[in-house]
Amino acid sequence: MKKDIILAGVGGQGILSIAACIGLAALEESLYLKQAEVHGMSQRGGAVQSNLRLSSDPIASDLIPTGKADLIIAVEPMESLRYLPMLDPNGWIITSINPFINIPDYPEMEDLMKEIWKLPRYITLDANSMAKDCGSIKAANMVVLGAATPFLGLEQSSIESAVKNLFKNKGDEIVELNLKAVQAGRDHALKQM
Amino acid sequence: MQKLLLLGDEAIAQAAIDGGISGVYAYPGTPSTEIMEYVQASKTAKENNIRALWSANEKTAMESALGMSYAGKRAMVCMKHVGLNVAADAFVNAAITGANGGLVIIAADDPSMHSSQNEQDSRFYGKFALIPILEPSNQQEAYDMTRYAFELSERMRIPVLLRITTRLAHSRTGVECSNPEKQNDLKLPDNLRQFVLLPAIARKQYRELLGKQAQMEAASAESGYNRIIEGSDKNLGIIACGLSYNYLLENYTNGKLEHPVLKIGQYPLPLDLVNELYESCEEILVLEDGYPVIEELLRGMLNKGKTIKGRLDGTLPRDGELNPVIVGYALGKKHLQGSAVPDLVKNRPPKLCDGCAHNDAFLALNEALAPYGRGRVFSDIGCYTLSALEPLEAINSCVDMGASITMAIGAADAGLVPAVAAIGDSTFTHSGMTGLLDAVNNNSPITVIILDNSTTGMTGGQTSSAFGKIDNIVRGLGVAEEHIKVLKPLRKYHDENVAVIKEELKYQGVSVIIPRRECIQTLNRRMRQKAKAKTMNI
Ligand SMILES: Cc1ncc(C[n+]2csc(CCOP(=O)(O)OP(=O)(O)O)c2C)c(N)n1
Ligand code: SF4
Repeated sequence: MKKDIILAGVGGQGILSIAACIGLAALEESLYLKQAEVHGMSQRGGAVQSNLRLSSDPIASDLIPTGKADLIIAVEPMESLRYLPMLDPNGWIITSINPFINIPDYPEMEDLMKEIWKLPRYITLDANSMAKDCGSIKAANMVVLGAATPFLGLEQSSIESAVKNLFKNKGDEIVELNLKAVQAGRDHALKQM
Repeated sequence: MQKLLLLGDEAIAQAAIDGGISGVYAYPGTPSTEIMEYVQASKTAKENNIRALWSANEKTAMESALGMSYAGKRAMVCMKHVGLNVAADAFVNAAITGANGGLVIIAADDPSMHSSQNEQDSRFYGKFALIPILEPSNQQEAYDMTRYAFELSERMRIPVLLRITTRLAHSRTGVECSNPEKQNDLKLPDNLRQFVLLPAIARKQYRELLGKQAQMEAASAESGYNRIIEGSDKNLGIIACGLSYNYLLENYTNGKLEHPVLKIGQYPLPLDLVNELYESCEEILVLEDGYPVIEELLRGMLNKGKTIKGRLDGTLPRDGELNPVIVGYALGKKHLQGSAVPDLVKNRPPKLCDGCAHNDAFLALNEALAPYGRGRVFSDIGCYTLSALEPLEAINSCVDMGASITMAIGAADAGLVPAVAAIGDSTFTHSGMTGLLDAVNNNSPITVIILDNSTTGMTGGQTSSAFGKIDNIVRGLGVAEEHIKVLKPLRKYHDENVAVIKEELKYQGVSVIIPRRECIQTLNRRMRQKAKAKTMNI
């Protein structure tokens, strides 16, 4: 088993909690794991990404070679396209369609979606409204995580226990909400695949 | 032993705790910051009374650690690569005094300048100071080498440098820890003149340091961190330093390489191993995630020996960090490229947070300076450096911590009046105070803006040494009371603030303006913690 994943978003959008969930789930399945994070300068509203590698064999490089990523998981549509050179020709993009507009020349949504629709394999989702339906817009990143779960090669039960673990300090209600968000994302992806 | 999921930085911190340190000294700086933060958050560290507070700058951190070593206890000091420039005087001389308790210096380099103004390679400093250098290739080695570094430092009575780079510092993986050690007891140096670098003593100490070089090299050969991995295709031999070893392996499925490899993790270089590889192979490829340190040594000035490939002959790019693809190309491998980035994807440069106080301060400064024209604002390093970009375009320099005030002095001496310095609170106590003293003694016609957001914002909101002290420091350095002005950088006070700045720009001496409002991120974090504490009480 080997999955190379690029997580993409804008500084402050919480891609690291997605990474943490996948990481915990991978640990539960005793997989090897390497996760290169971005800290510092680029966190101030800049583009951020994380390289997450899971494997049943030891992993050499912390960085994924170009053209080798199995998945791009993005919490922002323009950011989902920034790392296309990293994506394997058979890879999938899973992205939220909710734009984070903090630059004057942000592209038109319509053009952006057209670019995404050109790709051979993608899942798009309105993570913000799906999260709202589950109880809080804050769970949007967990909806995106949920949409990625059919592609991760991990047991759904490991993902769920990772979510429980990550949020357990915040009380049962928050745990339930996030589990619901993950399930909503997953159901959506299974339908769109 | 249980495996922990740790960043490279955290692996170093955990190793230092397990290795029985009594104190860690540091000034924040990406990518080294998380080392101190991990120790600060560690329960074990707290229970064992490990001293873990931020220092005012890297030099004070280095010296405090040296003092702890003098007293016989183990001490660690952490900084980003450019921090070693600031600490260099203490660092180089600590090699001459030698250590008593184990003394380990962590320098975190940033090839590709993800968050830095240069990509200097700290191995040069280690070589310059004539001390052993360790360079881990992964997080497990970062842990193991940190443990070993303390042992080596005490055995040889010298400081040891551990050099990491951004990728290792900020990448997380499973790390196995080993048995913890107890802290040392207080113990003075056997020779009470060891740390007195009067010329007569320094000469003796220096000769002793030179005398230890052979032992250091022997340690490099024996530690297991440098080793040859055999390969049958001797047309090419590869020297892989630190992290580059992983990029090399990534290019071979199951890590099976046909070429002999010398994996380097410890310096000074073990000459026998280098020679063995050199003699047995036709050509040598050197992989270094940093400057071509070894490559240059191997080529020599005249480059008359075997072909040495690397950064100097164009096999690898001359600058920037390595990655598996670049290393693959150097080996003649082909790499896939996914599809191109569509044109409509725009850059998203980092910028000041919404509501950041720096924004209001610079809007006022820009307006006050408008009559004089652009190009008069010397600045420094911190979140406020982002004001160099659109839309503010408010500052004209960012060189090294503290340079704003002193560059303004020089420019004013040259006739650029008014000259303005804009410096953050943490940067001010790091290296701005002495410059301000120069300005006072010079009576320089400069306006110094100390942007007091009550935190070290850029690196994630660490406590600033300046907190609550700036006004008194400025007064104490001799700035006239009537030219110290505190502002509230908020939009509603914009006009008042512009008027105050205009007034001070006219003054033909040193004035200090302090826009004071807490960083939004720090404020939010404090509020969240407060709310949490409140719910816990109920
Ligand atoms: C010698 C050196 N040490 C550390 C750093 C890392 N560094 C860059 S900015 C900064 C913090 C500056 O804080 P402050 O001056 O308070 O400004 P703020 O970011 O809060 O606006 C630090 C620690 C550096 N660039 N150079
Ligand atoms: S982190 Fe604080 S100082 Fe930095 S840009 Fe944001 S609000 Fe301003």
